[in-house]
Order: sequence, then C-alpha cells, then structure tokens
Amino acid sequence: MAKYKLVKTNTPPVWMRPLIPVLALIGTFILTSGLIIWSQANPFETYYKFLIGPLSSRVSVLEVLVKATPLILTGAAVTFAFSTGYYNIGAEGQLYAGAIAAAGLGPILGGFPPILAIPIMIIGGFIAGMGWALIPALLKVKLAVDEVVTTLLLNSVMAYIVSALLNGPWRDPASGWPQSPEIAPSTIFPKLIARSRLNLGFLIAVATIIVLWFILTRTAFGLRMRAVGMGKPAARFAGINVKRTTLIAALVSGGIAGLAGVAEVAGIQYHLIGELSAHYGTTGVIVATLGGLNAWGVGLAALFFGLVDQGAQTVSRTLGVPIYLGEVTQATMLLVALGMLLLQNYRIRRV
Amino acid sequence: MHIVEMKGITKQFGDVIANDHVDFYLRKGEVHALLGENGAGKTTLMRILYGLYQQDSGDVLVNDTKVTIHSPKDAIAQGIGMVTQHFALVPPLTVAENVVLGFTDNFVLDRTELENKVGEASERFGIDIDPRALVRHLSVGQRQRVEILKALYRNARVLILDEPTAVLVPQEVDLLFDTLNRLREDGLSVIFISHKLDEVTTITDRVTVLRDGNAVGTVDTSSITKNDLAKMMVGRESFGVTRQQEEQDGKKCIFELKNLSAEDDKGLPALKDINLQICEGEILAIAGVSGNGQRELGETLCGVRNVTAGQILMEGQDLAGKQPIQFTAAGLGRIPEDRHEGMVGELTVAHNLALEHLDEYTKGGRLDRKAILKTAEDLIQQYQIKAKPNDRTRTLSGGNMQKVLLARVLSRDPKVVIVPQPTRGLDVGATDYVREQLLAQRKRGAAVLLISEDLDEVLALADRIAVIYEGEIVGILPAQEATAERLGLLMSGAVKENAHG
Repeated sequence: MAKYKLVKTNTPPVWMRPLIPVLALIGTFILTSGLIIWSQANPFETYYKFLIGPLSSRVSVLEVLVKATPLILTGAAVTFAFSTGYYNIGAEGQLYAGAIAAAGLGPILGGFPPILAIPIMIIGGFIAGMGWALIPALLKVKLAVDEVVTTLLLNSVMAYIVSALLNGPWRDPASGWPQSPEIAPSTIFPKLIARSRLNLGFLIAVATIIVLWFILTRTAFGLRMRAVGMGKPAARFAGINVKRTTLIAALVSGGIAGLAGVAEVAGIQYHLIGELSAHYGTTGVIVATLGGLNAWGVGLAALFFGLVDQGAQTVSRTLGVPIYLGEVTQATMLLVALGMLLLQNYRIRRV
Repeated sequence: MHIVEMKGITKQFGDVIANDHVDFYLRKGEVHALLGENGAGKTTLMRILYGLYQQDSGDVLVNDTKVTIHSPKDAIAQGIGMVTQHFALVPPLTVAENVVLGFTDNFVLDRTELENKVGEASERFGIDIDPRALVRHLSVGQRQRVEILKALYRNARVLILDEPTAVLVPQEVDLLFDTLNRLREDGLSVIFISHKLDEVTTITDRVTVLRDGNAVGTVDTSSITKNDLAKMMVGRESFGVTRQQEEQDGKKCIFELKNLSAEDDKGLPALKDINLQICEGEILAIAGVSGNGQRELGETLCGVRNVTAGQILMEGQDLAGKQPIQFTAAGLGRIPEDRHEGMVGELTVAHNLALEHLDEYTKGGRLDRKAILKTAEDLIQQYQIKAKPNDRTRTLSGGNMQKVLLARVLSRDPKVVIVPQPTRGLDVGATDYVREQLLAQRKRGAAVLLISEDLDEVLALADRIAVIYEGEIVGILPAQEATAERLGLLMSGAVKENAHG
C-alpha cells in the first residue's frame, strides 16, 4: 500500500499565492454548507446571495463600503503593529478611545467651521487611541509584559469605561438612552454620495491604506519595523533601536484604531453608544492576517468582510437563516486560510 | 575483563566523519576518561553506545555479547545509563517522581512507597538527596545527582557522564568525585567525557584520547603526564603555523580591552577581567574549548551584551555600554556568531545588506531603492554571492549567508573586524573563501579579532593566539611559538601563563 507523508519545503511555490484565497473560499463553502443545509436553506443560493447579492444594487454596494470602513482602519492598525512583531489585540479598546474623544469633542466644537472642527476631531481621536495603546506598549518595552494579554484585557476595561460614561455623566438628557449627546453639525463627516451612509470616513480609510503601504515598503522606518518584526536579534545586531521602533509602531497602531472610532461616531452614529463597534477591533486582527500584513491585501480583505457582513443581512432576511452565519463564515474563512498558509510550506510525497 | 567493547566504530554525518574506526574498551570498575577537543568525536561515540545514534559500521559488545542498541531504552536494558549536559528532568515533580518516571509500569502510584524506594537507593549509592524535594528547588549540582540516581535506579552498570563538571561549582565537583569513587568501589564503570586535564588526571584510571574522529590511544592515567596528554589531544601531523609570516613591527594598536567583565544569560560571570590589545594589520585569535566565554566575548564586542566592568577602547574611545550603532560608527566591523541571528531571513539580500546603514539610503523621507539595489548588485558580484538582490535571505546556503554578512561589514573598510566562529558549519570552499577575506583584511591594515574553536583555523590565520579558559585569558603567545603541548595545557586549564596582551 502506498503511503504519503508531508514534507516541509522552505520555498512555497509562487503559483500557490493567488490560489490561496480561492481555495480558502472553496474550503469555507464546503465546511459551512452543512450548517446552511441544517438551517433549511440551499448552500449555493445562500452563497450567491452572500457574495454576489450585495453587488447587484447600487445601494448595497455603497453599504458594503460603509461596513468595510471600520474594518479597513482596524485592519491597518493591526497590520502596523503586527509588522513590527507587536501583537496588538487591543484595537477594539483603542477604537472606543477614539470614539470617546470624538463624542467628547463633537458637542463642544459647534462654534468652529467644519474645515477646522473635523480635523481637530480626527487628530483628537488619533491621540486618544495612542494614549490607550501607550499603557500596554510601555509595559512591553519597559518590563517585557506580554502585549497580547494586556491589550486584550484592556478591551474589557474600555468596555466598562464606555458603559460608565453612557450611564453616568454622558447620558443624553434629551433621549434618556445610554448614549452621549449628539455631536455638533459642523463635526459630522460629510456624505460622499447623497442618500447613502457613505461618508468621509471611507476616504480616511483609503488614505490610511495608502500611507500604510508607503511607510511599510518605501521608508527606512518601515524597513526597520519589518526587520524588528521578522528578526529581532538581527535587527538589534544591525543597530536598530528595537524598543523605540516597537513603541512607535504600537502607538501609531492605537492611533489608527482610534480613527475607526472617530469615523463611526462622526460618520454613522453621531453619538457614542455601547454597541458602536461590532467587534471591529477583533475582526481587524482577522482582516490583517488574511491580508497577509500587506496594505493592499488588508484593504481587499476588509472589503470582502464588508461584503460578507452585508450579504449576511440580506441572506437572513430573504432565506431565514440566522444572521450569525456571516460571522461563522468569516471565522471559518480565517481558519481555513491560516491552515493553507501553513500547508503551503509542505509537499505531499509518496513514501 | 571488559564490560563494554566498541570495535571499529564508524559514523559519518554527510561529508563529516565523526568517528573513524574507533576502538574503545571499558573495564569493569574503572573510571575511564574520553579526552579530546570539540568535534573530536567523543559525544558521538557515546551517543552510539547510548542508542541515540546508530553506527554506520562496527560492533558493540556488552559483557562479551554482541548487542544492537537502537534506542536509550535498549541501552538501559543493557545496563548503560547516560547523563547529558542538558538534564531531562521535570522541574515541578519531586525527586522520587523524576527518578521513577518512565520506569514504573503501575497505573496507581504509591507516593510513600516510591519515596522510600528512591530514598533507599540514594543511600545505597551514597547519593545524598531528599526524594521528597521538588526538582525546581534544586541546584544544578543536585539536579545532576538526581540524573545519576535515575540511571543507577534503572540498574545501570555503566554510567556515561558527558562533561559533568561543566555546569558545577568547585565544591560540587568534589562531591561528584566522591560519588564516582564510591561507584568504582561498588564495581560500576564510569565513562567521563571531558577536556579538562586536571579533572581527568584526578579522577580517572585510564584515558582514551580522540582526535578528529580517531582514537589516538588509551593510556593508564598514572603513567602519563599532563604534558603528554595535552600533546595527544591537540597535536596533529601538520602542527604549526602554515602561513608565511610577515613582519609586524611598528604597528599601532587601535583596539584594546581593559579589565573587561561580562555575565552569561543566567547572570553568572562569563568573562573575567579580560585584557587584550589588537594592532593594525594583525589577526589575534581567541582559542579555547567551546563554552569558555567565547560567545559572551563575541556578543560583548559586538555591542549586544552588557559589560559589567571594564572598557572597550577603540582608538581611545570607550564603547562599553554603547549601542550597536555606535560600535559600527566607531569603525568596528561586527560579524555575528550565529549568522541566522545576524540577518532577517524574511527580508531580501539587498535589504539585509543595507540594514546597518539605512539612513544613508534615505532620500527626502523615502528609501532610495535604486541605490540599495545597485549596492547589492555590486556587492554580490564583488563577494561572489550566489543570489539575486531580491532573493529572501533565508533561501541562501550557509556559505552565501556568511558572504552577505562579510560583504555588509567589509565593504565599509572597518578599522577593526570582530569575527566569532566565522566558518562554523561551512563547507570547504566557503571556509577557504572566508579565511582569504580575513587575510585580505589583515593585509589592508585592519585589526582582526578572530574567535574560533577550530584550532586548525587559529593556526592557519593568527599572528598571536590568546587562550580563553573559564572566561579568563590564560595565555597569549605569538603563533610561531605555539606548540601542541603549550596550547593543549592552556586550553584544558592545566596551566596559566599570566601574560598580558
């Protein structure tokens, strides 16, 4: 009987790269179709509505872009940190830090024209995200405390801070709901297209991707970041200040995540609410990983996730399958893709 | 009466012959030393006996019966136990649990019974250890005693100790020797792998010397002097300086170490009060058996290990406590000991070549990719690197990786070159290439500090040889004056020539 075994090769074949997303999609389809059948729906129809449905009308295409906006930003934030070998799992908390800044600044910037008010809000959100990221970053650089643990736990801390604000000092007296007072009209992000939710936030996200690409691939700092991320001892040996590079990357990462919070407050909700983020921070980790820590890849992955999010809503409405199917699909997709990234380093050999 | 006979053992790893028809005979009730330099084949031979490797040819006899030992389990069944340098103990478990681990078949463990049994055994063999103590609370010396007890508890009649004193403090060495003497009286046989002459002459009955995979001879310890042993260990057919000597008078000494001390990763002193001077146009080699502070010395001089005391003077400027980038800026060319740690494998060859001087490749905030590529192409051609600028560095062979590191450093014409173990793991062609480059640096007028555990390399390149032993420079001699005996005695810690460089 013939036996097969996996043999590790150091150089994955080049033709594998573009195949990975395709194979991941097929694998995900196979794995999730059982669940779809269980929900008494047709897997092919479901996937059609998932992936093609949202692209069939102008309204839902724009909605895909709206849903992708926070994911592009958190994905970029995570990519910035991960590239440097700093595993920031705290984009969720940093997003809320940015959102708190926006919700705090929004109502009091009413006297300024938008041309001033909006940049102040953006910068404020960036600084707030950086500030929240500073705690774990300092712990990492000064005391070598594992950032995965601290950034993750600080997400819960931030959730309580938000809850405390919304149920305490910031509770909107007008509505009585746990939400902050509405931000001033001059601070609301202008719409890009009338009668849609697409706003300035999307442009900020796209600009962030371009800046991310430029820094990572075209600047000395980006090369230093990648050197630190991929080989700390070698980077140190070559005279790169590993701690300083890590600290800067961690802070900028927090700042970008903070922008996601600003975009959600100023572009969509106009209030700070407890459910501002639908796990955008954690999904950002998935987006960054699927995007291969490459700026364009992250952009594409975020758009794909926006598509699945939007598709899941349609699917649940029209076919009656649970809306959670979207999340299941995203999670399955990540696992399959990670498995493929690992397996591309192996060849099947007959022994 | 031999308890173990190894006849004509040959073992080859790729092109390297680790053991070449080695004969080794162990008597009942003796402590028998295996003496030799690094890479002489001592550990390979013992790993074959313990079943960790299989010999390519040759026979192993235990109690006059030919045996095949496929695994440590087979070895234990034959009454052979081994204590390696890295202990295989489970720290959160007790001594008794560690001793019986993997040896008892009972599903239910009776702790008290186990502890009593292990306690009895420790008394019987005279190994003083509390069976109830947790291993993680024990000192290194105590852990070694647990390992020895573990082997004896499995009814070992032959005990292999791989450099057992390397990890011990002097008092613990005395205690170990007491144990070995007692085991000998009980009729057990001990194989003592070492390269420390003092210990070998103190504790052993006979010595087998290995050199380059061959058994040089077996002698009674009482009938041989340390000097003769050193000669057997280090001597080789073509001993001596193989290179034309050029006059070195009147050269300026630009690099100096003053009372340099540093600690190892565990916080123990690894370098003790080192004083050295290196002059323009000379190669100073640090020779020594591995693990005597060479790694720490290399890292300290490359600026990646902290100095606890002393100075690193580069043309009078003290670099101690400075960052690696300042070492480079001062004109020091640093090549890392571990080339995989010296380069970012996932980055391209071009990026790795530029990594030390990224500021020079920045134009208006942007990385000058053309300049990086151009430099890489030039260096690849000049240093005969078999790679393209955009290849990921991890796909390169060891020799080509080393060439990338050499190119990165030597293309800047450094005044001082620090090269720890530059040819380790390289094939013959790459080794020759690296050595030629170092000689070219010397000719150019650079001061070269070569740290090498390969004595052939030291003799082929060095103008002066400094011997390091347990973190101290125990002697400095001009290469022409190096004899096998003198180097052997210094390297094995038998003598100190309190020279100052």
